Order: sequence, then C-alpha cells, then structure tokens
Amino acid sequence: MSGIDTATALPTGAPAAATGGRTAPRRRAKAGTTEARWVQWLLIGVALAFLLLFLVLPLAAVFTEALRKGLDAYLAGLREPDAWSAIRLTLVTALIAVPLNLVFGVAAAWAIAKYEFKGKALLTTLIDLPFSISPVVAGLMYVLVFGANGWFGPWLAAHDIKIIFAVPGIVLATVFVTFPFIARELIPLMQAQGNDEEQAAVVLGASGWQTFWHVTLPNIKWGLLYGVILCNARAMGEFGAVSVVSGHIRGQTNTIPLHVEILYNEYQSVAAFAAASLLALLALVTLLIKTVAEWKNEQEMKAAAALPPERPSTP
Amino acid sequence: MTTLALGTAQLPKRTPKRVLPGFGLTLGYTLFYLSVIVLIPLSALVFKTFSLTWEQFWAAISAPRVLASYRLTFGASFIAACVNLVFGLLIAWVLVRYQFPGKKVVDALVDLPFALPTAVAGISLTALLAGNGWIGQYLEPLGIQLAFNPNGIVIALIFIGLPFVVRTVQPVLEDTEKELEEAATSLGATRWQIFTQVILPAITPALLTGFAMAFARAVGEYGSVIFIAGNMPMVSEITPLIIIGKLEQYDYAGATAVAVVMLVISFVMLLVINALQAWQRRHAGMPA
Repeated sequence: MSGIDTATALPTGAPAAATGGRTAPRRRAKAGTTEARWVQWLLIGVALAFLLLFLVLPLAAVFTEALRKGLDAYLAGLREPDAWSAIRLTLVTALIAVPLNLVFGVAAAWAIAKYEFKGKALLTTLIDLPFSISPVVAGLMYVLVFGANGWFGPWLAAHDIKIIFAVPGIVLATVFVTFPFIARELIPLMQAQGNDEEQAAVVLGASGWQTFWHVTLPNIKWGLLYGVILCNARAMGEFGAVSVVSGHIRGQTNTIPLHVEILYNEYQSVAAFAAASLLALLALVTLLIKTVAEWKNEQEMKAAAALPPERPSTP
Repeated sequence: MTTLALGTAQLPKRTPKRVLPGFGLTLGYTLFYLSVIVLIPLSALVFKTFSLTWEQFWAAISAPRVLASYRLTFGASFIAACVNLVFGLLIAWVLVRYQFPGKKVVDALVDLPFALPTAVAGISLTALLAGNGWIGQYLEPLGIQLAFNPNGIVIALIFIGLPFVVRTVQPVLEDTEKELEEAATSLGATRWQIFTQVILPAITPALLTGFAMAFARAVGEYGSVIFIAGNMPMVSEITPLIIIGKLEQYDYAGATAVAVVMLVISFVMLLVINALQAWQRRHAGMPA
C-alpha cells in the first residue's frame, strides 16, 4: 500500500520523464500512488501470459514449422525458382512503392504541417482513408479501373498494356495500402516542431530546398526512418489487395505472401513456412530498427533539452 | 468572424505566415497523388454501383449468405476488439506503471502485428490451433476447437488488433497527473476507487479510440482470417471473402455492391475515430 517498496526509483523514472515531459510538470512524489506488490506481479504476469500466447507463440511457430524437417528441407524450400521469383517481385514492388509514398509523405507533411489552409482537416482524413478501407476492396477498385471490363480496360488491351494480373497492378495495390504510412508519421512530428527554424533559415537567405535538407530533414530523420520501415514491412507483406489484382501466376505475379498461400494450400508446409520465415525475419528487423530509431530520437531530444531553453516552457 | 471568402480556398488568408516556400508545389503534388491513387479508383467503385438497379443492388447485399457474413465479420470483430480493449489497457498499464526485466523487449514486441504480414500470422496461428498443433492438441480432447470455425477468426482478429489499444492508451497514461491520484489517496480513496474514478475517466477517450481502430481494422481484415476460418458458407465466411468469391465468378457488379457496403462502414468508422480523437484532444486540455 505505502508504495515505498516499488521499483519506481529515481534512475528508472528517467524514460517516463522523457516521454511525458513535454506537458506535465514533473515534481511527482510517489507515495500512495501504486499498487501492492502482489497486485503488480499478478497484473504483469497476466499481461505477459497474454503476449506470450498471442505474439511469441505464433512467431516461434513460424520458425519451428519451417525447420521441422531440418535445415536442408528449409533451404530447399527457399531455393525453388518460384520462391526466387516471388522474392524478386516482392523486392521490386517495395522498391517502387516505398519511394513513391516517401515523396508523397514528405510533400503532404510539408503542406499540412507548415501552412494553414481551408480543408486541411478533410485532406488529413482523406490521407488516412486507405487505413480503414479493406485491402480486398482496394484491390477491387483497381480491377474496376484497369481490368478487362474496367474504365481503361479496352484502351489498355488495344495498346497491349497489362496492369491487372501483372506487375503494375501489384505495385498500384501496394502503393494504395501503404499510402498513409509515411505521411502519418511525419505530420504530427513536423507540426510539433513548428516553423521557427525554417523561417529563420529562409530569412537568412536559404532556398526552399536548402531549408528542407539542412533544417527540416535532420529534425525529422528518425520519424522518417520509422515511417519508411513500417511502410516497407507492409509493402512486402501485403496480402489481400495484392491477391485480388495478382492473378496468381506462378513465377510471374506471385509475391512472397501469395507464394506462402499457394504452398500452404498445397500442403507443402515446410516450404510455406520457410518462405513465411523470411517475412517474419523482416518483421523482427523492422521492430529492431524501430526501437533503435525511437531510442536515438529520445537521446537527441534529451540532448536538446539539456541546452538552455529558448523560451520559457512551463508556467 | 465575418469570413465570407467562399471561393478563395487557395488564396493566402489573414495569417501572414507564408514565409516558407513550397506551398503550391507540395499541396499540388499531394492532391494530384491522392487523386490518382485513392480518389479516382474510389469513384470507380461508386460509378460501378450505378450500373445496378436498386433491386439488383439490394438483392446482392442482402442475400442470406451475405447477411451471414456481415453477422460473422462484425460479431467477431466486436468480440476481438473487446478482448483487445481489456488486455490492451492491461498491457499499457503494466508497461507504463511497473518495472520488470525485459520490459523494453516486451514494449517493442507489442508492434509485431503491425510488422508481421497477415498471411504469416494466419498460417502460424492455424498451425498452433489446428488439432495437431502445439495448443490445439491439448484442447481437442477437451472438445474445444479453435481453428477452422468462428473461434479461429476471433483469435486472428485479436492478434491483428492488439497494438491499437496499447499504443493509443500508453501515451495518455504516461501523461496522467499523479497529483490527482495523490490527492485522492490522501482523501482516503482505495486504489480501485482511484482507478475507476480518477484514471479511467482520463483515459476513456484514448481507450475508445483504440477500440474503434482495432474494430475497423478487424472488419476489413482478410489475410490472417482466411487460413484459420475454414471458410464455410453461412458459418465461417467473412465479408471480404464474399467479395473475392464474387470476383472469381466474374460477378463484378455483385462484388462491387458488397464492397460499397464495406466502404460505407469504413467511412463511418473513420468519422467515429476522428470524433473520438477530437474528444481526446479536448480531454487532454490541448491549447484551445
């Protein structure tokens, strides 16, 4: 009850102060504001058990299923030509989709965070739209525009251009589902940083590009990295939207997730999980980079906070 | 005040803030890209619907098999979002308030469902829960079946939606003022009273936002669900799968009709989430 027994000692209080420090004043005493020790451990235990069941076990299952018949079977699954072409297509798709959304994300964040204009709230909502649309519906939209019976279907057929059931359709569907990731990450970040530094640069004679490269970019680089890796993970792993527009032509229009599905449905469990393990590794690397980026960002924020304040912050 | 400027969306307004260059370029490119990738394809969906008569449209979206899929999709999504509400709050609470070994790793791992492709989640959950799987082999003798039926769908949707509640509640919980809790304690409140009457009201908007996001995501989810669902018509067939089925039979109009229903629901969810977030900002006492 009395709370002296808790682990909220001073040194460990630092991360909490770094994250929550922007708003609230921090002179918190800690008497009487925590639970009895056994309640704490009970809650921690239940939370960890839940995470173990729902996150750790599925992750572990991917790798054990992939290695069930030994390393050779695992590698054989990955060495198949169809697996290779799926890996290539996935890389190509991400390599096109991520930069497109990167340029868009930076442009959108610049327009939305640095200026005031009418319809800003609507624009922000529209940018979020692909998050709430089912991937299957997204795929269908592109079929209706570019498919054989779609708006541009006859024209495309006449000019012998294939979009649906071909690589361009896969790229388009991927661009759609990953559309908001980078913009979403950058907008709040750039809004929080305000315009002061950029305005100073412009007043001192810097051009727009110089201002962006030397003033804005260093401030947003960790957020940008985080947005890019999340966007990339989703781009490489997208299933529903790509499944609708791909046509599932082996060796041609199969991405890794679609390849996993085909193998799984053919009861080639080891090969399916071997391909899936690549995506699981990608997910782990993504989480690792994200954690490092957050940590780096925190370090820099702390370093900046250690400097003398530019203006009075708290009342 | 008296702003009658109706047709001047592009003109600079009273704010003399436009020192920075690039407004026209960035906004122009944003609108162009948004139109090409999102708005024009979206309008194709709407126009395709108009190729149906009202009777055809209604017949497509209210067939018994489709109605059963709505019930399943929304029911399973609702249950999964409720589970995520409770456990998401618990996980956020434990991560913010307590110290324990490995906390950093656990915190990072919460985002796994964002990073792990849904198809991978689908096959791995199926492998765990099927009759011969790690977990399934112990449950099947007890008569509990978690894979290839609606139970499996709920479990997949819990996985997919897990990070939403944690990540919306966590920052709010970090910012709650301990002073209020101290005051309540000194006035003689128990920890449970403080939780329900001081902390819970403060985090309710964030909780509901996370709930709505998890629900919205679950309704549209396809990749993880189809592996574990068993996909039996009328029993375990989700609405996105109905759309795929109609597409495979070249029934584009029928697929579009069902897709429009899902789209309308997406819009409604988006509005609800926006309203909840606005409420949250007011609640947090952001500068007016």
